[in-house]
Amino acid sequence: MEVNSVLNKNRTSIFHGTYILLSTVRKGVGPLPISILIPCILISAAMMLPFVYLIMRTFGASDLAWQLLFRIKTLHTLFNTLVLIVAVVGVSILISLPMAWLTVRTDLPLRRLWSVLGALPIVIPSYVGAFLYITVFGPKALFQQLLEFAFGVERIPSFYGLPGAIIVLSLLSYPYIYLIVRASISNIDSSIEDSARSLGRSSFRTFLTVTLPILKPAIAAGALLVALYVISDFGAVSLMRYPTFTWSIYQQYQGAIDRSAAALLSTLLLLFSVVILYLEQKSRGRIKYHRSGAGIPKRLSLMRLGQWKWPALIFCVLVVSFSLLLPSSILVYWLVRGISNGETIVSVWSSGLNSIYVSGLTAVFAGLIAIPVAAFIVRFPGKVARLFESISYVGYALPGIVIGLSLVFFGVRYGGFLYQTIWILIFAYIVLFFPVAMGSVRSSFAQIRPSYEEAARGLGRSNMRVMYSVTLPLVRSGVIVAMALVFLITMKELTATLVLGPLGFKTLATEVWSFTSEAFFAKAAFPALLIILLSSIPTAFIMYKNRDLRL
Amino acid sequence: MKRLFASLTLLITVGLVFSFACSSESEVIVVEKIVEVEKEVIKEVEVSSSPGKLIIYSGRKESLVGPIIEQFKEASGIEVKVKYGSTGEIAATLLEEGANSPADVFFAQDPGGLGAVANAGMFAKLSADILGLSPDWAQSSEGLWVGISGRARTLVYNTDQLDPSQMPSTLQGLTDSKWKGKIGWAPTNGSFQAMITAMRVIWGEEETKTWLQSIQANKPLVYSKNTPQVAAAADGEILIGLVNHYYLHRFLSEEGDEFAARNHHLKGGGPGSLVMVAGGGILSTATNSENAEKFFKFMLSTVSQQYFAGQTYEYPLVEGVKTNRILTPMEEINKPDIDMAQLEDLAGTQTMLRDLGILE
Repeated sequence: MEVNSVLNKNRTSIFHGTYILLSTVRKGVGPLPISILIPCILISAAMMLPFVYLIMRTFGASDLAWQLLFRIKTLHTLFNTLVLIVAVVGVSILISLPMAWLTVRTDLPLRRLWSVLGALPIVIPSYVGAFLYITVFGPKALFQQLLEFAFGVERIPSFYGLPGAIIVLSLLSYPYIYLIVRASISNIDSSIEDSARSLGRSSFRTFLTVTLPILKPAIAAGALLVALYVISDFGAVSLMRYPTFTWSIYQQYQGAIDRSAAALLSTLLLLFSVVILYLEQKSRGRIKYHRSGAGIPKRLSLMRLGQWKWPALIFCVLVVSFSLLLPSSILVYWLVRGISNGETIVSVWSSGLNSIYVSGLTAVFAGLIAIPVAAFIVRFPGKVARLFESISYVGYALPGIVIGLSLVFFGVRYGGFLYQTIWILIFAYIVLFFPVAMGSVRSSFAQIRPSYEEAARGLGRSNMRVMYSVTLPLVRSGVIVAMALVFLITMKELTATLVLGPLGFKTLATEVWSFTSEAFFAKAAFPALLIILLSSIPTAFIMYKNRDLRL
Repeated sequence: MKRLFASLTLLITVGLVFSFACSSESEVIVVEKIVEVEKEVIKEVEVSSSPGKLIIYSGRKESLVGPIIEQFKEASGIEVKVKYGSTGEIAATLLEEGANSPADVFFAQDPGGLGAVANAGMFAKLSADILGLSPDWAQSSEGLWVGISGRARTLVYNTDQLDPSQMPSTLQGLTDSKWKGKIGWAPTNGSFQAMITAMRVIWGEEETKTWLQSIQANKPLVYSKNTPQVAAAADGEILIGLVNHYYLHRFLSEEGDEFAARNHHLKGGGPGSLVMVAGGGILSTATNSENAEKFFKFMLSTVSQQYFAGQTYEYPLVEGVKTNRILTPMEEINKPDIDMAQLEDLAGTQTMLRDLGILE
């Protein structure tokens, strides 16, 4: 008891010992360098394009479109979307936190293998994933047949609707939180935990009271990405028959092609996302922690799991089985069944190369652009920074079709020879996925103490040189994770690719879509497996590299 | 870590070897096909010395029309470039591009998509010799677009639990309460909406509304599109699904004959036996109109029509081309007497579906 109260009293001083309260260094970070401001303005301008497009379309809206918007059903759909977001974010955190912790900080057997496999579900497109889960868990599908064979179970509870949507979206999107939290955990200076423990706290309480607060920005950044992913997803919710807002928007395009009605709904969705962004910014609070110790934190000691080894292992096996192995096995099954029934499997190598090429370029550009923007947001906090940040999230919250069409509108009129080239497509990808890159880079910026940069500036270095020689090396791991994440999600992007891609341009995602939507499953299985296989290479690389990136 | 890399490398190698094996195999088949077809094709399309270009926006998937477009390219020497997407997305893209569109041809999955582009005044009138190739019922009344292949609305049913004799003879039969909770439909699907449009034309607004309400009372399971419905019928999740005919045949070709679902064409006809068309039109802003015309002539040639019959399990629209023997012949389908041009009013159908709470 006594130890505890001493610890409580000393809590602030412990943080002062190793961590600095950012509020004390809020102001006085020096003038805003041009090298940061210009990229921020450019990216914000790019992000505003879909918004401008929506406003234009809204002005042309028919009475019918307005009637569509002002219905009880609209509120109902918004509520549905909100419920789904809360549930998916919750389940994703429950999956990803233990996964991240176990794979970074414990002596879990085959730790590196789980690290890589745990990240891969992010590359499975939701429309494929949902269909695969239906194949297994549908009311009369494989799982039920297995139960019937073993225990005589004739009917299993329906998987459709909210439960199915939660399960599918959580299993496919938890890696956003997992990857960002993982990077953050490996950056923790374990000496702070050691101090807490040496003052008598149990390991678990240390985790709750010391580690968790440090991880909070990373968790929030990941959770935001998951939330926005849920908002903009169409594939899973349509197959699971759970009506969300984005589904309503797609319906406008599928049928009557009433673009103004779709624009009105999208604008409302945008406002909804702004509220969520605001909540996330609030939750981050004023207090931020960054490491103040020397460049190299104390080497992390791996926690011995002891008797918890088996439960921990079972947890990882379960997560990986359901999120990755199960969908992949069905794909392999389709492939084998199709071939044995005489199907010919189409070669998709050129599409594979296209996928890698555009995803790679997008990843590099998005990662690099994220650096100045994240620097601005973290180093010059205030209203302007919050505005920049909110604007940069616009793309990710909007359905791909809206981003695609807005860039069709501007591209065909003002894009000149760039229209229908991969460059405008990459531009669209960046608008769509920039927040993913920023989330990761921002949380690694937040961990650097600004006094390093000040010290370097005090020694007479120019801003550019400080950025280059001090800041960049410190955020490198965050930038690499950002690039990896963007690469992985670009690999599966479909709608913008179809709408904006060059004529005849094919990626693995478009191949999968082309085959699945016409029920050619064997043919779809090969490119789908290739997406997973090709994505595992950069993922393995990141996981391997991360060991050396404890800056 | 090294072991992990080793196993990854192994996996990739296996993948590479495997896919090379596959790719060479399929190439051989494609080459054979091209050689065999090319002789016929040359008769259909004159190859000029400078064939030029053609840009097609296709709402039909590459998995369906890619091979036949490839044959057109080979035969004509024209440099054909295609943008693939779903019909709704491609139509919306065309509308956004407006007069700046680089597209010459819009090839759509259903009359609704064609109607949206036609209503925006973006199609040029097709020449009489193209319109003459396909039946009158399968084209726009102003000659703005033409049908290329036929697709029948049908019921897919579970063969473990139902016998063809138990199936209703018209769509009205589905309103019987014995089907409660056992029917599937896909109200957001373009073909379904086209069927409802046909229903409005044939039965009138009131009767259509009553039918929709009765089906709603039977608590149908809602699907996002046709494919999952066919799978659900085979699994017994639903007993009957309202779908297009050809999805079943793709399942059969992959899963074999034990797949527990079959199509049932309604004996009593009506909107439930509607035959819709996939088709296309030439944009008024097209820069390669001549090549676009060649494209349509090729698509309505015997070679292409045979392709649609044989490879995509669709109905040919040109006289003298045989329907795939695994399909019910068009003459045996009690097809309602309705022109595709009457199916353009998709907006009216959507309003009705929305008013009834069937659509969002």
